[in-house]
Amino acid sequence: MEREVPQQVKQVQHFRGRTLPAAALVGVLTILLLSTAACTAGQSSLSRGEGFIQAKGSDTMVNLAQMWAESYMQSNPEVVVAVTGGGSGTGISAMINGTASIANTSRAMKQKEQEQAAAQGIDVVENIVALDGIAVVVHPDNPVEELTLDQLAGIFAGEITDWGDVGGTPGPIVILSRESNSGTHVFFKEHVLNRGDSKGGVEYAPEALLLPSSQAIFEEVSQNPNAIGYVGMGYVLSGVRALKVSRGEGLPGGSPSIETVQDDSYPISRPLYIYTRTDSSQDVLDYLDWIRGPEGQEIVRELDFVPLKQEDTT
Amino acid sequence: MSGSNSPGERLARWIIFASGVLAIGVIALIFVFLLRDSISFLQTYSLVDFLTGRNWYPISEPPVYGLLPIILGSLLVTVVSIVIAVPLGVGTAVYLAEVAPGWLRELLKPLIEVVAAIPSVVLGFIGLTLLAPFLQQALGLDTGLTALTGGIVLAFMALPTIITIAEDAISSVPRAHRQGSLALGATRWQTTSRVVVPAALSGISAAVMLGIGRAIGETMVVLMVTGNAAVMPTSLGAVLGPVRTLTGTIAQEMGETVFRSQHYYALFAVGLVLFIITFIINWIADFVLHRFQESE
Repeated sequence: MEREVPQQVKQVQHFRGRTLPAAALVGVLTILLLSTAACTAGQSSLSRGEGFIQAKGSDTMVNLAQMWAESYMQSNPEVVVAVTGGGSGTGISAMINGTASIANTSRAMKQKEQEQAAAQGIDVVENIVALDGIAVVVHPDNPVEELTLDQLAGIFAGEITDWGDVGGTPGPIVILSRESNSGTHVFFKEHVLNRGDSKGGVEYAPEALLLPSSQAIFEEVSQNPNAIGYVGMGYVLSGVRALKVSRGEGLPGGSPSIETVQDDSYPISRPLYIYTRTDSSQDVLDYLDWIRGPEGQEIVRELDFVPLKQEDTT
Repeated sequence: MSGSNSPGERLARWIIFASGVLAIGVIALIFVFLLRDSISFLQTYSLVDFLTGRNWYPISEPPVYGLLPIILGSLLVTVVSIVIAVPLGVGTAVYLAEVAPGWLRELLKPLIEVVAAIPSVVLGFIGLTLLAPFLQQALGLDTGLTALTGGIVLAFMALPTIITIAEDAISSVPRAHRQGSLALGATRWQTTSRVVVPAALSGISAAVMLGIGRAIGETMVVLMVTGNAAVMPTSLGAVLGPVRTLTGTIAQEMGETVFRSQHYYALFAVGLVLFIITFIINWIADFVLHRFQESE
């Protein structure tokens, strides 16, 4: 009887020792094979191949870019446009290393990224394709109607932590931010927390929840009366309420809308960009012209972004 | 013995040897690359600041890479999931192996294994839309995206692994043990708790360790339901607040980093820390296993 125990122990160890590395090995090999295949496929078809446009970047823009692509492909069946998200930074690095021909971004390229493109010998063209208001959203039951930029900065930096301090029902403020790979995260930090000074050094509070998508912020705000978050205007759907934002105490505040963003009375808005390479194919150039033309801009309006003013489009 | 030198035998032996070497080689290479890129990072950033810093602001000027709240966040979520999954998992395994009638066991075992096949993103989505609001209301929390939420979903993911392996270990305890114990006048419960479970303990610990491995390495779920806030967990109450984990940090930020920038290397250093933590857990597991074997 005493001897049988080690045997049983051995059996289990036997199971651990042999099956797991074998399974791991198969897994590793599969991943290696797949990634090699993906790399080669990426190199051959995603560079400036005929009739194929890979657009990658901002999650804020991903629905817009998808609609552009679908609508464009209907009228131009010889062109295929594939759209993926992942964040503005992801899109720019994909364009620089050649796996995407178009980078959709919700922020301008950073100095470092410009240098990187230059180091690879790539000239980059910046195109403004739409405008976007950043809406500050709260739960519909939250009584707060309007905040100033200073109050917003105080909340997101963690200096104001109670709704009672900004005219609401006393209770903890739960800050929702996007992850640092999001253009919206960077824009909000620069323009609200640091009031336009990119080296201002004010940080989001460490308590801020960093959520992986605008959808996740929408979900959490619609469920949590304590929460405050920021999303692109297109994400202001029923279930959350956009606050009015003013530039200061006593100054008039506006809700985010096409008119207030176009005439700049709403203080938190930004251009949306498409970056391309100067040596882009004719397909890409035609697509860009179409996006900036009336049809593309109509889709911008349908998706609750802000179309370019007419004089900007020419 | 006659076949041991036949060509087929030699070929088989060679293939098995090669796959063994390859598996070890791949792991060694992963470690080498992690180490190389981590060293690139540590040449530009102090190791002490990296491991003990309390703030994680990778895209600021200048960037701050303080990993301590994130290491603690990962450990916190893992501990919560173990505290939930181990008693449930081992209890279920004992029930299946010792108590449940045969037909019920045949029904439950495949069902439990199906749970292991649910994609983690689906579990994360359920956690985000059902569990998080429920916990927030039930416990009166500021937000439902907490270490507890993550731990519960991870426990659910680790359960099938723990149950399956622990049940195998318990079932393979020889019949003679049970019969001997019962013959000496022990009750069924005494037999189970004093004879069968101790005899299967090394297998059960293996099951628990594999479950822990699953929990600490899981990414998608924690990304979706833990809130990803790099807050320093200072007390046990942090379980009811948001945390940021090592895996979530790498997954979320790797896509954005500029290739070969300091941030890029910093994420490799995060990977190295995760690798070392996993290594230590495995090492402790082995140590514990050997102790049990010696004391038997």
